[in-house]
Amino acid sequence: MTVDRRSFLLGASGVAALAVTGCGGVSRQTSKGTTTSGGASSVTTQGFGKPDEVGQARIDAFKKAYPQVAVRINEGDFDPQQFLSSVASGNPADLVYLDRGLIGSYAAKGALQPLDDLISELDIDTGQYREPAMKQVTVDDKVYGIPEFYNTRNILINGKALREAGMSPQDLATTDWDKLHTNAAKLYRAKGSKVSRIGFDPKLPEFLPLWAKGNGADLVNSDGSPNLDDPKVIEALVFAYSLITEQGGWSRFKAFRDTWDIFGSGNEFVKDQAVAFPWEGWYVNVLVQSSPNLDLQSIQFTDRQGKPASFCDGSAWVLPKGAKNAKAAGQWMKTMTATDTWLQAGAARAQTVAKNKSMFTGLWTANVEADHQLHDKYVKPSGRAGFDQAVSNYYASTESAFAINSSKAGSEIKAAWTDAVNRVLAGQQQPGQALKQAQSEAGKAYSAAK
Amino acid sequence: MTRSLTGRASQRPGSVSRPRRNWREIRAAYGFLSPWIIGFAVFTALPMVISLYLSFTDYDQINAPDYIGAENYRQLISDPKVALALRNTLVYAVMYVPTAMAVALALAMVLNRVGRAAGFFRTVFYLPVMTPTVAAAALFLLLLNGQQGLINRSLGLVGITGPNWTTDSAWIKPGLALTMLWGLGGTVVIYLAALQQVPKDLYEAAQLDGAGSVARFRRITLPMISGSLFFTMIVLTINSLQMFDQAYTMFFGGQQNSTYANDAALFYVIYLFQQAFGVLHMGYASALAWLLFAIIIAITAVQVRLSRRFVYYEGER
Repeated sequence: MTVDRRSFLLGASGVAALAVTGCGGVSRQTSKGTTTSGGASSVTTQGFGKPDEVGQARIDAFKKAYPQVAVRINEGDFDPQQFLSSVASGNPADLVYLDRGLIGSYAAKGALQPLDDLISELDIDTGQYREPAMKQVTVDDKVYGIPEFYNTRNILINGKALREAGMSPQDLATTDWDKLHTNAAKLYRAKGSKVSRIGFDPKLPEFLPLWAKGNGADLVNSDGSPNLDDPKVIEALVFAYSLITEQGGWSRFKAFRDTWDIFGSGNEFVKDQAVAFPWEGWYVNVLVQSSPNLDLQSIQFTDRQGKPASFCDGSAWVLPKGAKNAKAAGQWMKTMTATDTWLQAGAARAQTVAKNKSMFTGLWTANVEADHQLHDKYVKPSGRAGFDQAVSNYYASTESAFAINSSKAGSEIKAAWTDAVNRVLAGQQQPGQALKQAQSEAGKAYSAAK
Repeated sequence: MTRSLTGRASQRPGSVSRPRRNWREIRAAYGFLSPWIIGFAVFTALPMVISLYLSFTDYDQINAPDYIGAENYRQLISDPKVALALRNTLVYAVMYVPTAMAVALALAMVLNRVGRAAGFFRTVFYLPVMTPTVAAAALFLLLLNGQQGLINRSLGLVGITGPNWTTDSAWIKPGLALTMLWGLGGTVVIYLAALQQVPKDLYEAAQLDGAGSVARFRRITLPMISGSLFFTMIVLTINSLQMFDQAYTMFFGGQQNSTYANDAALFYVIYLFQQAFGVLHMGYASALAWLLFAIIIAITAVQVRLSRRFVYYEGER
């Protein structure tokens, strides 16, 4: 066995960081097959998590199409430390499943292989994937990932609370910020220092891109450079933060939000702990299972001119540098994201839905044709008008969603703006000051990455 | 003895006696030591040397390192997050170490009086040490929740409005220090062992001389267990300066896809980890590691120097 210089340095430096500081760190997972190349007749995955029926149906589809290829799934979420260690040691998994937002930075550093040759060789039709998703996996005109899911955001509303307040869903529209601010304050409830209901949660820091877009600005320019100190971005943060200060301030707001049983039958809507917030489409599926009788209402997130403006993200399959079984990996990527495969996954989900006497709320794939066919085949009136409307809204937003532009310094830019929002939330800085600092930090990272 | 006398007898008058080396025994000793020596060389010494080299490079773990001289160390000085992380870490250590020592000593003194049930309680106090840190951190996030946590509810029963421990920047470090008291079992056991070694006749003599309980504690107990107190102070200080998993779980990685973090919980090793694996600055992270190493050595050296005045080792004087 030979060990090259870089592998040696990485291994040694990892151990050294722990040795010098005595830090326990995060141990590398040692699941069988995680980082060992499987040779010509196997594919190993990293970051795919524990597949549900939708994942399992697609794995089965691949196994059926390529019975000679052994599949080894590492059932852990994506772990940057594990990923980088495996790449640097020259012994990565054949396939890695990660957030599309990470691709720019990893591609710029050479941790990923461009897929253009593989796409040509295997005749993968990239036109079938949604354009914003493809933009996220494309760096310097090279494709580094095959997009899989496609999450968009809309506003979900506790209908009962809204009705009791004598309001309609449009009273919480993001078109008129002054009106939203006033109504959020009306819906907020507290007794002394104890919050008992949040009127409108702007979901900071993670949804700043949505508020910025609503105000007509992108956090990352189309060339990949940061745009964090744009006056429109600052104005968006000022507004979103004002919703929190109006509702008890961050300390109480966050502490109260942490008590919500988001996935349970006693969730924040059932317990009347929240009236409205923007959220990803998958949450409708959670709500319909945990609280099927909920009076759910929803509206699309819009910009200040009233135009729908949902922001999207999702996962992608990538080929790490040094992956030894590129062709099988490409076959996996193609199969897992193909229209027919998604339809098989849809059938599996439909079976689960029937078994649970629930409703089909969409799979939210990055494959346009698959999404349309799944909608036509499985999305039917369920008798729960609120849930049906929510699903309809998410399908509508998939057609108009935007993605954060890809950047070679994508990770650093995201770290800069999330840190900035956190400083604002913690009361350490004003929004303008925080975002100007973030722009400076992100600008340096972008210059270094170019 | 016989061999020694024989050897001495054969020496010329006036020559210096030197014990003969038993090479066989020396080889055997090194043989037994070799697993540790090899482990230390491969997993500690060599990586440390390489880390020192990497601290002078620009290294992203994917491409070969570029030598950049002392640039990383210059950057350390101007990086406001290094100052913030160091301040957080030192403030936490100052909060935690004396509190932990006082609480552990109090518990050990109670255990020392329990008598036959001491074994049971010793086990009970030690059990939390066996709990995975991440699980304990998740548990304390619930207990410390400012709105509905058990701790604030309990405070509410006596008319105290508790703070938002996990979300108010001013209360995050005290909350963490409170959380870390959970794992004090090891320190309690050390103190208990030390307390049981204090000769009873010292207390009896002091009592005959009219010394009260406070005087006996100050004049006998503290000096007699000062060696253990010093040892735990060093260990707890080093552990505090290396604070990572508890704070990381509670404030940086607890919820999937969560981007919320609080600068008040940005401890030094967390920042090091973020630099190494978040933004792939392994060269800079290596420099950060060496700075922490130097700080730990300096603080420990000061503590050792001070210990000469305050620590009593039986049989030394």
